[in-house]
Amino acid sequence: MRELRYAEALQEALIQEMARDPSVILFGEDVGQYGGVFKVTAGLQERFGESRVRDTPISEQAIAGMAVGASMLGMKPVAEIMYVDFLPLAMDQLVNQASVLPAIWNGQVTLPFVLRTQGGAGAGAGAQHSKSLEAWVAHIPGIKVVMPATPADAKGLLTAAIRDPNPVVFIEHKFLYNSRGPVPEGEHLEAIGPAVVRRQGSDVTLVASSRMVLEALSAAEHLAGEGIAAEVIDVRTLRPLDGDCLAASIAKTHRAVVVNEGWRFCGYGAELAATINEVAFGWLDAPVERLGGQDRPIPFAQDLELASIPDAEAIVAAAKRSLA
Amino acid sequence: MSDGGNRPSGEELLEIYRRMVLTRRLEEALGRLHKAGKTRGPIHRCDGQEAVGIGACAALEPGDIVTSTHRGHAHHIGKGLGVVPILAEILGRASGACGGKAGHMLIADRGQGLLGGCGIVGGAQPIAIGQALALQCQEKDGVVLTFFGDGAAQIGGCHEAMNLAGLWKLPVIFFCEHNEYGLTVAAEQQSAVPDLASRAAGYAMPGVQIDGNDAQAVFKATASAAARARRGEGPSLIEARTYRATGFSTSDVGGYQSEEELAAWRAKDPILRLRAQLVDAAGEAALEEMERAAAEEVEAAVKTALAAPVPERVERAEYVDA
Repeated sequence: MRELRYAEALQEALIQEMARDPSVILFGEDVGQYGGVFKVTAGLQERFGESRVRDTPISEQAIAGMAVGASMLGMKPVAEIMYVDFLPLAMDQLVNQASVLPAIWNGQVTLPFVLRTQGGAGAGAGAQHSKSLEAWVAHIPGIKVVMPATPADAKGLLTAAIRDPNPVVFIEHKFLYNSRGPVPEGEHLEAIGPAVVRRQGSDVTLVASSRMVLEALSAAEHLAGEGIAAEVIDVRTLRPLDGDCLAASIAKTHRAVVVNEGWRFCGYGAELAATINEVAFGWLDAPVERLGGQDRPIPFAQDLELASIPDAEAIVAAAKRSLA
Repeated sequence: MSDGGNRPSGEELLEIYRRMVLTRRLEEALGRLHKAGKTRGPIHRCDGQEAVGIGACAALEPGDIVTSTHRGHAHHIGKGLGVVPILAEILGRASGACGGKAGHMLIADRGQGLLGGCGIVGGAQPIAIGQALALQCQEKDGVVLTFFGDGAAQIGGCHEAMNLAGLWKLPVIFFCEHNEYGLTVAAEQQSAVPDLASRAAGYAMPGVQIDGNDAQAVFKATASAAARARRGEGPSLIEARTYRATGFSTSDVGGYQSEEELAAWRAKDPILRLRAQLVDAAGEAALEEMERAAAEEVEAAVKTALAAPVPERVERAEYVDA
């Protein structure tokens, strides 16, 4: 299969869906003429016109609100919030409007919009451009949260997100845009919901999402050298969470390490650990190990920044604690 | 709409009057139901502001969209919702406009173009420009009218929405229902400018200040703004000066308005005012009959809504599948 970069895979999904469905429109900061700060939307304004691909002012609340309003009346907006760190500016529209209106209006409206954004540390962007805030949105009922780790999932899950009748917050990772991998040509849909086993193993289950999947795979490779067979689960969609996949794996391995790049306290790892306790407690031979970001603003200096988030080495150590 | 001069016809004006009276009777009935312990949660009455909601909605076409506020009963009746589904919703009944899930602040009715209530001050304006963007992309003739208050005029999202609407010439009317107070804080303590219509200049749209207790003035300003939006010329800001005659909500204990102020606004009651304009042409007997029928309609609706069943206790979350 031909290989694409993660950013190219996202763009292919956007192009195919815009060609297929005239109600798909894009808007956000710098997404038009410039093609997005990570170049995901490069060339799309030229291709689909200024009406369907719009540069907006720096107005996150309006961007999110427009996605709510336009989707209410039959459009399928794919709006972009440039950094997940800016998502708090748009939170009212997610937590008080997008989550609320379809249910509270008793099904009179659906809100088929996608809010694309990206997060993650390691790029030297400082404390206001490096966070992982997925737990903020995964907390909200009625909103799906998707975090692809591979180029193929980037395409398949974005396609599914655009076609989904519910609001979807689609969180990319700034360190994955240049990662390469096989991506199916033509229409490629990955269902929102199921997790996927990225590596089979029988001794311990490593559960991760987004870039942390790559760290987990790297950790599994290292553990294999020490005779430990780690299974790696990519949850892919944080909400809904595929508890069955977790249970099936832990029934086999009896041990789990959950990894999330966001702050550890009240972070997504807490949801993973709690879910494992609910669906797989009887199979556990050790407490769930929970890895997350350091509970502090992400410092700028490189060594300090990298020490703020989990990595393969930390995952290896956690797996060994679990097996001790 | 009647003629190119944006004036309501005599027949339209009578219907505006009827709906204003209907709204007032509804608000009074809600006051009684609250005192009798038959309502839950706060209720924000719009007594004194009927000319705004009813007059503005009357100037729109049926397919136009309205976003409402936490004080929306005149908007609901203005957009053509029946008193029964409104009251049943306010009383949390399964037969309410939203099945009893919305309560009085969040009422919506897609079929009537009411999308919809909003209990977050300033939360609906970003949504309204999205609705207008959809109409623009779909090359539809419709317009969006978004009601907000002098309180919401101070929040960032409202300004973001006005800027984008001006920039993209979106078919939206920003309708500021200036009722002098944000909860208990007077407008002059909330806004750097007394004249909110002047804000329009910053967003490349016309801004007009009108007497919000004059139903005909409300109708004309709205019709003119709607026509402009339909011509593709973009948004307008209307600031209608009115007064919240019964306080912020049923939990408001008062004490921040002077008796002189309250008396002065009572003298400007929009219903009495329109009645005086109509009585010569329509006749006293016809108006009395209309008023009697409105009162009966509300009383009958109260009985119907109170007798209606509440929603089943456990309901599957059909529309929340994430």
